[in-house]
Amino acid sequence: MTSLIRHKGWTWGFRSTVLLYFLALIVLPIFGVYVQSLSAGWEALIESVADPIAWKAVLLTVKLGLISTFINVLIGTMIAWVLIRYKFPGRTLLNSLVDLPFALPTAVGGLMILLLLGPGSWIGEAAERLGFQIVFHQPAIVIAMIFVTFPFVIRAVQPLLEELDPLEEEAAYTMGASRRRTFFKVVLPSMLPGIISGGMLAFSRALAEFGAVVLVAGNIPGRTLIASVFIFGEVESDNPVGAAAVSVMLLTLSFAILWVINLVQQRGRRA
Amino acid sequence: MHVEVRDLNKHFGSFHAVKNVSFEIEKGHLIGLLGPSGGGKTSILRMLAGLETPDSGEIRFHGKVVNDIPPQERGIGFVFQSYALFKHMTVFDNIAFGLKVKKATKAKIKDRVMELVELTGLSGFEHRYPHQLSGGQRQRVAFARALAPEPQLLLLDEPFAAIDAKIRQELRSWLRELIERVGITSIFVTHDQDEAIEVADEIMIISQGQVEQKGTPWDIYKEPRTPFVASFIGESTVVDKASELKGFESAAKHDVRALIRPEYIEIGSETDFPVLSATETGIVRHLHFRGSEWLVEVEVKGNKLITYRSLEKETLHPGQEVRVLVHRAYLFNDENSWIEENGLKVDPMPIMI
Amino acid sequence: MRRLWIGLTYAVFTILLIIPLSRIAVGAFEHGLDGFATALLRPEALHALMMTGLIVIVVTFLNGLFGIMMALYLVRATWLSRKLKGVLNSIVDLPYAVSPVIGGLMIVLLLGPDSIIGGFFEGIGFKVVYAFPGMVIATLFVTFPLMVREVMPVLQEIGEDQEQAAATLGAYGWTTFAKVTWPSIRWAVVYGIVLTVARSLGEFGAVLVVSGNIMNHTQTATTLVYQDVENFNVAAANGVALVLAAFSVGLLLVMEWAKKRKGVH
Repeated sequence: MTSLIRHKGWTWGFRSTVLLYFLALIVLPIFGVYVQSLSAGWEALIESVADPIAWKAVLLTVKLGLISTFINVLIGTMIAWVLIRYKFPGRTLLNSLVDLPFALPTAVGGLMILLLLGPGSWIGEAAERLGFQIVFHQPAIVIAMIFVTFPFVIRAVQPLLEELDPLEEEAAYTMGASRRRTFFKVVLPSMLPGIISGGMLAFSRALAEFGAVVLVAGNIPGRTLIASVFIFGEVESDNPVGAAAVSVMLLTLSFAILWVINLVQQRGRRA
Repeated sequence: MHVEVRDLNKHFGSFHAVKNVSFEIEKGHLIGLLGPSGGGKTSILRMLAGLETPDSGEIRFHGKVVNDIPPQERGIGFVFQSYALFKHMTVFDNIAFGLKVKKATKAKIKDRVMELVELTGLSGFEHRYPHQLSGGQRQRVAFARALAPEPQLLLLDEPFAAIDAKIRQELRSWLRELIERVGITSIFVTHDQDEAIEVADEIMIISQGQVEQKGTPWDIYKEPRTPFVASFIGESTVVDKASELKGFESAAKHDVRALIRPEYIEIGSETDFPVLSATETGIVRHLHFRGSEWLVEVEVKGNKLITYRSLEKETLHPGQEVRVLVHRAYLFNDENSWIEENGLKVDPMPIMI
Repeated sequence: MRRLWIGLTYAVFTILLIIPLSRIAVGAFEHGLDGFATALLRPEALHALMMTGLIVIVVTFLNGLFGIMMALYLVRATWLSRKLKGVLNSIVDLPYAVSPVIGGLMIVLLLGPDSIIGGFFEGIGFKVVYAFPGMVIATLFVTFPLMVREVMPVLQEIGEDQEQAAATLGAYGWTTFAKVTWPSIRWAVVYGIVLTVARSLGEFGAVLVVSGNIMNHTQTATTLVYQDVENFNVAAANGVALVLAAFSVGLLLVMEWAKKRKGVH
């Protein structure tokens, strides 16, 4: 009997430890930021958010995030399609390479872009001669975002394409549909849930990206200062309330996206 | 093992899956729990195994309440519908699992496993993995695995559901023989009445969480106690107004319905029947060839009845007029049900002749 | 048509992944093998790599253990109501949506010297933020979902049948886990470990905020790369970056291998 009681005690100890770890690690810090942003009252929060540097940083992040997501949706869908539908030499290798941006430290990613496009590199100089500026300007930020979010759309679309029964397409052909029509009416709709949820994930990751961006962004307020870098700057200059205020904006936005992704996936599962 | 269940209840959320179920099973018997899907059969089985906890009621093995005993200690063997074989273990290791858990000696494990492998006809497959076996072989492994620790009660959840119709037939008689040889009390769940009739000593019909009837297959067939049982077991047609049937006018007051099995009905020409007044006219509507006999659909006063007819007898044609004799009917209304013989069948005035 | 699409795919991969990766390698050896060696053998570089290694080990161990447990509870626990499980399940994903910088900020706010908890620890002479523990916590936060999300679907897919079969055969919780559950999830766990290692190896934003990036003290490999670049010492940055990139590619290979094994069972 004592061994049974001891056994029960162990079980409960285990369970509470795991749950406590989880709550302390994940929930408490998030809660903390929201509390901190309100620590000096609503006025202070509104003031911090109303600071043009702050809201412009968030707005710029959203804008550049959207651009990079859009590009990623296009090339991601294409690559997912090519990797699943065509057999060609090097396919397996390319398929494994897709995950590289996940595996590579983002700071290294940023360094790569800096080396390739930065001052002193021939692409950077050629662009400059043409009157373009890449590094320390918006294009570099977009490229950094595309790089780190590259795998999302591909990995979300691939399983859907794999599941798609080729018979469905063949059925469309037998009913006289052209290739084009079949693609838009049969193939694309079945890829759509993946494109949407992959795109959303990519977007929320782009909003959050810091490592790759901080090395290539110029940090000019309103032009090339994105939210995460702005927060970092606030932390460095010992202004946690300002940092918390922008964090709360960005977090709320990200959570909303996460919530939408969940909805999309649930609906996809039901269909 | 002697099994006793009293007033068992189980809810899943607001769904009352098992309602006041009580029954008793003698040692060594093979019982089939039969009923439509979702009727609570599997829940009862899982409560016996200890995989599900009853909300109320008692389960006794050998007279001892086992409600609070975990599945590990109940001395049962369970064969899952999906077999639930350990995918990463060979056939040998699957069967040996229960013995290893009980810390039997290596030699003993080997003997017992080889004995069961022999018994289940799996010799030569000991080192295969589940995914290398056919459905029927997997079923045998699941069976051998459940038997290995020498349980006193064997529980089988839809044991043949996932097997091809043809092999299913073989496995049924194999299972029946094997259980007889091992002499273990067994309970199996099925929704297939042929399976239950063929394999079980006794059948419990379960519907909507309640035991409708318990008895030998023959008893249940002969004397169904509820309309549900009558319609669930065997083939039958239901006539809404039983009083319309010749010979049942007086027995059946209004609102009484009749359930008629094909073998209750005889059809033929006028000369075929000694008491013609007990028959009435019907019209053959359809004929279906059933391999060894004809299935005849005959219409009597707007009621469609079915019966079988030997191939040796004169072949009927659709549209043909025949005499129809209803020997017997299972009558029921909202309160009662009973079996009634045709009242006109026995010649009412034999002395006159 | 087919040729065009395949060509385009190759082009994207080459421009976006292959050229940048080789550029790092070229950059690291710009000053020859000696340049690479000097960059790597700087005391701050060695220390940074050691810090990264320590963080990876501690974080992978803790999140591996707790991640598996959490996945088990979220899928199997009968002592948690379905609703509560749903809520916990969505909370698991939150770190994905949190910018690493914000993750770091959270920890500074919660455990920094000015906070209640941080002040308490400081009082007993235990520094959390701007020290190793804070960096570990920040990385734990960022990498927590990875293991849970790898193990959960596998647990859901194998279902409870095998575990219940083990129970009816007399096996209790631990034996069932070791003999039945573990063999089914082990490749998912390997995959989860690889992902966790990769992510904690590369974590930058959260660690940068929490560590204060103090050379030879709280600097990790990634924050060293950052500092080198800020100091216009790109060649030195390349050396460390190449080591990190090589590790990543190695992890990618392990990932591919684990993925294949995962598919077998």
